[in-house]
Amino acid sequence: MSEAVVPDNMMSPAVGGLYGEKAGGPVVDFSYVGIDAILEQMRRKAMKQGFELNIMVVGQSGLGKSTLMNTLFKSKVSRKSVLATGQEKIPKTIEIKSISHDIEEKGVRMKLTVIDTPGFGDQINNENCWQPIMKFINDQYEAYLQEEININRKKRIPDSRVHCCIYFIPPTGHSLRPLDVEFMRRLSKVVNIVPVIAKADTLTLEERDFFKKKIREDLRANGIDVYPQKEFDEDTEDRMINEKIREMIPFAVVGSDQEYQVNGRRLLGRKTKWGTIEVENIAHCEFAYLRDLLIRTHMQNIKDITSSIHYEMYRVRRLNENNTVVAHANGIPEHHLAAHEM
Amino acid sequence: MDAIMLQEKLVERLLCPRVRTARQKEKQYVGFATLPNQVHRKSVKKGFDFTLMVAGESGMGKSTLVNSLFLTDLYKDRKLLNAEERINQTVEIIKHTVDIEEKGVKLKLTIVDTPGFGDAVNNNECWKPITDYIDQQFEQYFRDESGLNRKNIQDNRVHCCLYFIPPFGHGLRPVDVEFMKALHEKVNIIPLIAKADCLTPNEIKKLKDRIREEIDKFGIKVYQFPECDSDEDEEFKQLDKELKECTPFAVIGSNTVVEARGQRVRGRLYPWGIVEVENQSHCDFVKLRNMLIRSHMHDLKDVTCDVHYENYRAQCIQEMTSKLAQDNRMESPIPILPLSTPDVETEKLIKMKDEELKRMQEMLNKMQQQMHDKDQ
Repeated sequence: MSEAVVPDNMMSPAVGGLYGEKAGGPVVDFSYVGIDAILEQMRRKAMKQGFELNIMVVGQSGLGKSTLMNTLFKSKVSRKSVLATGQEKIPKTIEIKSISHDIEEKGVRMKLTVIDTPGFGDQINNENCWQPIMKFINDQYEAYLQEEININRKKRIPDSRVHCCIYFIPPTGHSLRPLDVEFMRRLSKVVNIVPVIAKADTLTLEERDFFKKKIREDLRANGIDVYPQKEFDEDTEDRMINEKIREMIPFAVVGSDQEYQVNGRRLLGRKTKWGTIEVENIAHCEFAYLRDLLIRTHMQNIKDITSSIHYEMYRVRRLNENNTVVAHANGIPEHHLAAHEM
Repeated sequence: MDAIMLQEKLVERLLCPRVRTARQKEKQYVGFATLPNQVHRKSVKKGFDFTLMVAGESGMGKSTLVNSLFLTDLYKDRKLLNAEERINQTVEIIKHTVDIEEKGVKLKLTIVDTPGFGDAVNNNECWKPITDYIDQQFEQYFRDESGLNRKNIQDNRVHCCLYFIPPFGHGLRPVDVEFMKALHEKVNIIPLIAKADCLTPNEIKKLKDRIREEIDKFGIKVYQFPECDSDEDEEFKQLDKELKECTPFAVIGSNTVVEARGQRVRGRLYPWGIVEVENQSHCDFVKLRNMLIRSHMHDLKDVTCDVHYENYRAQCIQEMTSKLAQDNRMESPIPILPLSTPDVETEKLIKMKDEELKRMQEMLNKMQQQMHDKDQ
C-alpha cells in the first residue's frame, strides 16, 4: 500500500473544500480525502471471504499432539465446534490426516485446518524419519504451484500450504535430543516452526525455565531459525513484540480435552491426586500464549512469511530445476543455480 | 525372638550344669535354632554389597530416583552435555560406588549408569556395550572362582537392572523390547514407568496394563517376585499380592524437600499442587523401595548367583569343552580356563598343581579300593 498523500496545501479556508459546507466558518477538515476508509473496505471483504490457517503438529509418538488439537478446538477459540469423540484416550495416529473446522466469531469466519501427523522416532533406527513429513509439506507447495502456473487460474487458489508447524519437544529437562535437532534443522528451512514443550506438567517452574534456556541455546548453536525469525522483523515495533515472544519460546503446554469442575466453573484440565492442572490458566501452562500467538495476533504474519518466503524459495527451486533440464540441453553450467539442501 | 531366648537359656545351662532338674524338658532341644542368629551376626560384621544398574533414555529421572532411593547425592559433579555434543555420543558405562551404613549394617552400593543409551538417531545395538559389560563381570567372577586364591573374590556382578520406560508413549517401544530381550537372561530386570507425575491415575492404569500385556506377548522374562510360603501371615500375603499387581511400578523421584501438609517431605512443587514422593497414592516409589531394599535385595542377589550366573557359567564351560574337543586334547577333570596372558611361571605352577591333583585322585581311588576290599 503506498503512502497516503495528505493534500494540506490545496484549499484555503475561505473557499469551501470537498466536504466543507460553510465558507468562512470554523475550520473543518477540508484536507481529509478519506483514503483510510479503505481499511474498512478491506475489513468487510476479509470478513466476507474469511480466513484460512493450516497448522501441522509434529513430534514423537505419545506426546499429546492429537490431544492438543482437540484442546485448540475446544478452548475459547470456539466452544461450538466440539469434536464429537467420546473417547477418553485418543488412539495412536497412523497416517497424516487433516481436520478442518469452520469457526465464526463476531462475524469473522475462519477455516482452521489442523494436520495431525503420526509420531515418529519410535523405531530403533530413526534415520530419515523426517522424510514423510517433508514430502507432505513439499507436496502442498507443489499443488499450489501447479494451480498458480495454470493457464486458467481459479479466482482464489485453495491454500493447503502448511503455514505453521508446531514441533513437540519431549520434556526431558536436559536439552534437545539429536533427533530433535536433525528434524528441526530440516523443517525450519521449509516451514515456520513453533517449538513447544509437550506434557509440561512434568516439569516444575525452575526446571521449565532451565530447560527453555537450554533449548534456546541449542537452537542458536545449531542455526535453527524458529518463528518468529529475526530476519523478517520489519520495524522496531515488530521487533519489540517479537523479542518478547522469542524470550518465551518454547511454550510449555499441557493439553486436555476433558472438562473438570474447578471453583465452580467448568474448565479444561487434567485431574491428578495432587491437584488439577488448568489448561487455560497461564500460571499453570502456556497454552493460552500459544493459542493467542497462532490465532489472535500473528496469524497474518505467519501466512505472509509462508507465502512470500518459504513458498517463493520452493518455487524458485522448482523452476530452476526445470531450467536445469533446458540448461543441460544448452550446455549452461548449473553450479550457479541455488542448490537447496533437503 | 524365641531363638534369642533359647540361646540365652542354653548358655545358662552350660554355665550352671547343677540346675538340671528344672531343665529336664529342654533336653529335647539341640539348639541349632540359633543358627540364623549366628549367620546374622557374621553378615553384619562382614557387610553387604549390591550392584544396581540403571538404564533408559536420558532425561527419565534415573539419577534423581537413585538419589531418592538411597538418600544420597551420587551425581553432584555430573556435567550434562548439550545438543551438539550429544550427536556424537556413544553409550558409556559409568560406575559410582558409595558406602552406606544404617543401624550398624554396612552396605557397599555400586550404581552402574549407562549414559547415552537410546539417545542417538540410530540406536541399532545400543544395548551391546551394556550386555558386554555384564558378561565381563560374569567372566571376571568365573575366573576368580576357578582361580587358586579364592579368599577375597570381588563380586562385581550386576544384581539388578532398573529399566526406565518413558511415560509419553503408548506402551513399549521397539528399543525397549529389544533391550529387555537382550538382557533378560543375564540380569534381573525390573521395568519402571518413569516421571509418573505426568499421568493421571487412569492413564497410569492403562499404561501398566498395556505394558504387562506386551511383556507377555514378547516373552520378556522380567524379575518375578518369589511366591509366599503358605505359612506366612495373611498381612504379608496381602502385601505381596498388591506388590505383584502393581508392576511395572510408576515412580517419581525428587532431590528437593518441600513443605506439604505441615511436614517436610521429599516432593515436587507445582503451581497446581505438590507431589509427594513417599505418598502411596501419588506414586509407587515406596513400593519400589520396600521391594528393592527392604524385602527382596537378598533374593535379587540369589537369583543372580543361582540362575543368571549359572547360565553364563554353563554356557561358558560348554563352549570351552567343545573347543577342547576340537583341539583333541585330553579333558582335564577340572576345567582350566585359558588365561588371557599365559605367563610361563603360572603355566608351570598350574601344570604342577595339575599333576598333584592327579596324584591325589589316584591315591583316593586306591584307598577307596582298599576299603572296598576290606569290607568284602
